[in-house]
Amino acid sequence: MLTLNINGKTFITDAEADTPLLWVLRGELHLPGTKFGCGKALCGACTVHLNGVAVRSCVTPVAAAAGHEVTTIEGLDDAVAQALRRAWTEIDVVQCGYCQSGQLMSASALLKANPQPSDADIDAAMSGNLCRCGTYPRIRAAIHLAAKGR
Amino acid sequence: MAQFKRRHFIIGTVAAAGALGVGWLAAPPRQRLVGKKPLGVSPGQAALNGWVKVGSDNTVTVMMSQAEMGQGAHTGLAMVLADEMDAAWESVRLEQAPIDGIYNNQAAVVDALPFEPGDNGLLKRGSEHVLRRLLREVPGLAETGGSSSIKDQWLPLRQAGASARLMLVAAAAKAWSVQSSECTTESGTVRHPSGKSATYGELAADAAEQPLPKDPPLKAPAQFRLIGTGLRRLDNLAKITGTAAFAIDAAPPGLVYASIRMCPTVGGKVASFNAAQALAMRGVSKVMTVDPVSGSLAATGNISGGVAVIADTPWRAMRALEAVKIEWDHGPAANLSTSSLFAAISSALDTQEGSTNLKKGDVAKALKDAAKTVKAEYRVPLLAHATMEPMNCTVQFANGAATVWAATQAAGVACDAVAKALGINAAKVDIRVPFLGGGFGRRYLSDCIVQAAHLAKATGGAPVQLIWSREEDMTHDFYRPAYIGRSEAGFDSAGKLIAWQLTSAGSNMGAPGFLGASSEGASNTPYRVPNIKIAHLAVESPLAVGIWRSVANSENAFFIESFMDELAVSAGVDPIAWRADLLAHDPRALRVLSRVAALSGWGTPLAAPDGTRRARGVAFHRCFGSTVAQVAEVSVNAAQEIRVHRVTCVIDCGVAVNPNLIRQQLEGGMIFGLSAALRGRITIEKGQVQQSNFHDYTPLRMSECPEIHTEIIADGTTPGGVGETGTPPIAPAVANAVFALTGQRLRELPLKLA
Repeated sequence: MLTLNINGKTFITDAEADTPLLWVLRGELHLPGTKFGCGKALCGACTVHLNGVAVRSCVTPVAAAAGHEVTTIEGLDDAVAQALRRAWTEIDVVQCGYCQSGQLMSASALLKANPQPSDADIDAAMSGNLCRCGTYPRIRAAIHLAAKGR
Repeated sequence: MAQFKRRHFIIGTVAAAGALGVGWLAAPPRQRLVGKKPLGVSPGQAALNGWVKVGSDNTVTVMMSQAEMGQGAHTGLAMVLADEMDAAWESVRLEQAPIDGIYNNQAAVVDALPFEPGDNGLLKRGSEHVLRRLLREVPGLAETGGSSSIKDQWLPLRQAGASARLMLVAAAAKAWSVQSSECTTESGTVRHPSGKSATYGELAADAAEQPLPKDPPLKAPAQFRLIGTGLRRLDNLAKITGTAAFAIDAAPPGLVYASIRMCPTVGGKVASFNAAQALAMRGVSKVMTVDPVSGSLAATGNISGGVAVIADTPWRAMRALEAVKIEWDHGPAANLSTSSLFAAISSALDTQEGSTNLKKGDVAKALKDAAKTVKAEYRVPLLAHATMEPMNCTVQFANGAATVWAATQAAGVACDAVAKALGINAAKVDIRVPFLGGGFGRRYLSDCIVQAAHLAKATGGAPVQLIWSREEDMTHDFYRPAYIGRSEAGFDSAGKLIAWQLTSAGSNMGAPGFLGASSEGASNTPYRVPNIKIAHLAVESPLAVGIWRSVANSENAFFIESFMDELAVSAGVDPIAWRADLLAHDPRALRVLSRVAALSGWGTPLAAPDGTRRARGVAFHRCFGSTVAQVAEVSVNAAQEIRVHRVTCVIDCGVAVNPNLIRQQLEGGMIFGLSAALRGRITIEKGQVQQSNFHDYTPLRMSECPEIHTEIIADGTTPGGVGETGTPPIAPAVANAVFALTGQRLRELPLKLA
């Protein structure tokens, strides 16, 4: 049995220790906002925060998350998140939307660490998050807007 | 994207249509206002026609037959209806439309008829008329593809909105004992000069009792309040809070999960398997074979058979699958390779002519008489769709009926396929289409849906969710086929272009030859040359291939626009001036070219901030009823890598329902095309796809994206398509810029400098 702290709530899971956090979140805890994209930490769709740091939940064993603070898109609700969501809406970033939970988790971790990122900072922080719809230019603009608006 | 097999069936049915009676055929195409069955309503809700319901709480619910896969169709379509209805935008809600002939996508079918551009003859008009009438009778053809959602529903949605508005006004006029003509409407409220007013919600129940206006007057464009504005997307909130429901998020009670491993050799199947170890693992309930499946339409070839494990969690199913020992029957593609594929296409081109899809004058004679000829051969590779949401489907089969949660661009076709797999009537299949995590043509196909239906027979009535791993998704796609295009042109002694021919060869994607599916974007070329011939030579292989964003336009624009650039260079003419000369008869094309030249700074010196050399290239293309031109600005670094810095894109799409979403689609379409142009390539060795995940099939990353500038020209009366139009011109625009910079003509995708 493992004890998890997800979005400020405690959960007990009997999942095998090597189960990727992604599948525990989606299947057992009914938090489907975190998405399965590649299973190999190559696309970023499954990004969550582990103690405030963006990690890929598809390769994070659930045992490694036990006892730490996990935040998913469903629990992302601080001032930075609100600024990002306003900017995402204002700029109409999303298309299919499947990668956007992961994009927002990465963007939020970036702005917390670096409140006024340059284009190069944004590229570096966001390069692990793939998008097939091509929303990148708008994501970049929205991160700048959120940084400005806070 | 065209629905070839359906279309074939429909065209084949045209001859039989006489059986329905001459009177039936002579009547005008039937209205699309009201379906065969009345819409279901919830308490307090009234249906005013087949497209809209109004609730006593003032909500206006638009019936949505089209899939939302990112292209913004939900928002754009709702805007069209809400505008004519004078509904309050905040009150608009969406509901999945039932399967009914009124939602059939007529535009996608009619647009794909094999007629030459500009042909408005009796045969074309007659065929369109018959097709549109037939399409009212066969339900389940509401496909989302061919950049056609807005184009197709533009008129029916406006008529539905206008008709509903008149019924609401009639209800108010009756209640107030005034004339309807004295009433006005705005933002969901009917008003009378006497000061009386009522909301649509208050009037809904009475409005539903009013006679149905079948041919309501429509607004003049100047009266539009929503159409033409950049309203924000309706799906923004759901998609930024993680609450948007995708097919993979379906979680009906009692759900079990399935993971599948398919034969790595394309089109192969299972010979035998040993599941003893897997069945002993925690949570595993079943291990079974799944037969090879076809894509149902707009594709050819089969997805390999495989072994599926059903377990109580996705991870346990995946882990147990690794423990299954499988012997494969590799089938007829065991020796297939990319080089054998291209060799077969090339040698077919050496000996066969293919079917001619456009012919003017006598190309052979003109080439023989020409003072100078230019020849070139181009190649494009196989491409995967790689939607961010991997293929998945959830099916529950209990008591002789099925519920399906599927990300599909063709719900009616998927419904039929599930019914067939389960041996039940299609009326017993309830298909729910959530948001699609990318489509790009991949989700036209029902292969994964059919697999899930077969698994659902083995779960004792429990719903089962089949999720493909990314590796399965990458190695079992209906790939964009590989093609070779050969072009030849002739100039007279005065240097004038007198002949041009293009023969492309590769898969015709399951379409009969006369439809010229793989000549789309070539046989309807707007370029005017005295002698012209466009042909396609179908060369098929056991590999499963199908439609990919912009379909045949994706290769034909590369073939044509690269060759036009070569001809301009050969003639010593500026590439934009060269195109303008061949398009002198086409004012819309000329305007797009002149705008892209002005906006991109065409002809002005280029200086990168760091002093590296840059050059521009142009491409022009018309597809899906819209005209697009792009100018790309590139540089090449010391490692000979191509970098695209800036792209300027101009579209003439007739009517711009939501300019903001059109820009979004152009950006997305270009980036999608640029990923393919710079490094997209699926290769095959010994019948097996060599790429497996995003490390070896990597879309562009944010850091590699160019700065993009778009301009929309919209002064027409009917909307053209948008969703796919940004994709075709980008590869040739970049290749032409690379030539301008380096003198190297790259005739093969992905673009790679020697």
